[in-house]
Amino acid sequence: MAALREVSAGFESGRVYAIFGDNGAGKSTLLRVIAGLSRPTLGRVQILGSDDLRAVAGRVGYMAHAPLLYEELTAMENLCYFASLYGIDDAERIEESIVKVGLDPRLERRVGDYSQGMRQRLALARALVHDPSILLLDEPFSNVDLASAVEMAARLGQMRREGRTILVVTHQPEAVAGVADESVFLSGGRLTSRAQGVGAAPRRASPVVGSLR
Amino acid sequence: MSTLFRVTRATLAKDLRLEWRSKDAFNAMLFFALLVVVIFSFSFEPTAEEARRIAGGLIWVAVLFSTIVALNQAWARELRHQVLDAYRVSPAPANALFLGKTVGNFLFVLAVELLMAPLFIVFYNLRALGPSHQMLYVLALGTWALVVNGTFFAAISLRTRSREVMLPLILFPISIPAVLAMVSATTTILTGEGSARLALTFLAVYDVVFTTVSLLLFESVLHAE
Repeated sequence: MAALREVSAGFESGRVYAIFGDNGAGKSTLLRVIAGLSRPTLGRVQILGSDDLRAVAGRVGYMAHAPLLYEELTAMENLCYFASLYGIDDAERIEESIVKVGLDPRLERRVGDYSQGMRQRLALARALVHDPSILLLDEPFSNVDLASAVEMAARLGQMRREGRTILVVTHQPEAVAGVADESVFLSGGRLTSRAQGVGAAPRRASPVVGSLR
Repeated sequence: MSTLFRVTRATLAKDLRLEWRSKDAFNAMLFFALLVVVIFSFSFEPTAEEARRIAGGLIWVAVLFSTIVALNQAWARELRHQVLDAYRVSPAPANALFLGKTVGNFLFVLAVELLMAPLFIVFYNLRALGPSHQMLYVLALGTWALVVNGTFFAAISLRTRSREVMLPLILFPISIPAVLAMVSATTTILTGEGSARLALTFLAVYDVVFTTVSLLLFESVLHAE
């Protein structure tokens, strides 16, 4: 059974897109396809003008529903490893990305002992450690209290001002209300509509655009 | 420093640190190998001459089975919380992950072998009649043969539902030529009858061939769905 059907969409740079839909609508699959983790059976994904997703992997940051972190390692050890995958070994820069999400890089606690909220923040730091220009965030506010979610969303707003393109899958429209430029609605694997901002009335999807710029 | 070397080193350091903290693979391997040594020793009570003839087979059967334990653990870590996806979305070369994991597994298995060696000597009253320094070559080449194939096939069986069963099913047939060479070389060294050179050469060629094939194919394995 196909998780996505005939989805055709373009996303402009420097904008935040909130992706909404029921469970099983295909939101996470859409992000996985864009991240290069799943291959579409038909069609193609183009990022920054390239069809070769491996070639632009260093420009994309991906935060999955799971934290993608090693529980037996500390925050700093985790980020040092993931930063090394992008050719980064500057400890100061890595510490800075942990501080930016409100965590202490000198904390000796292992990630397995972190609260869900702390893990989510660290997962965001992992996705940002290589300073990507495109961010794919799958439910970044799950298990996070509303105040922290709004704070994380404000950070997304700052990243948008820095010119990053951000796609956020979320079930919490209130968290991204002040940040998202556009809402994208999926249902049954199809892109059903797009709307400006968050909470505006859905309209029918416009025809094919087909690339991330 | 090349990207391949840098990421391989980072992956190896990370795996060693994870194993040092959890000791998941090491304890399981050690316990398993210890069981094999003790149970066979009590079951057969071999004379010194018999022990020299069967020890090669016993040592490598114990190593082969305990290697499976290490290999399953090595990839299980990457599946917890889907951490492997973080590697797959990065531009890091797939081979660096493979080499880092293979060298890590090699060190774990080698450490268990070195701990088990005195026990084998004591329980089976072993004394090599041939050139004993060649045992070091057998250990290194034989362990690499098991680990390089095991790491590769463990990655292939990663997404199968019953991967703990799948791995031995795939790995054992592929490893038979290497295991036969390891047993033959070990028996030759222990009994002092003949030369282990042919078996060692075979193991070296086997290692080169399977390491090359694994490196050529691993990227497809890592990015397969």
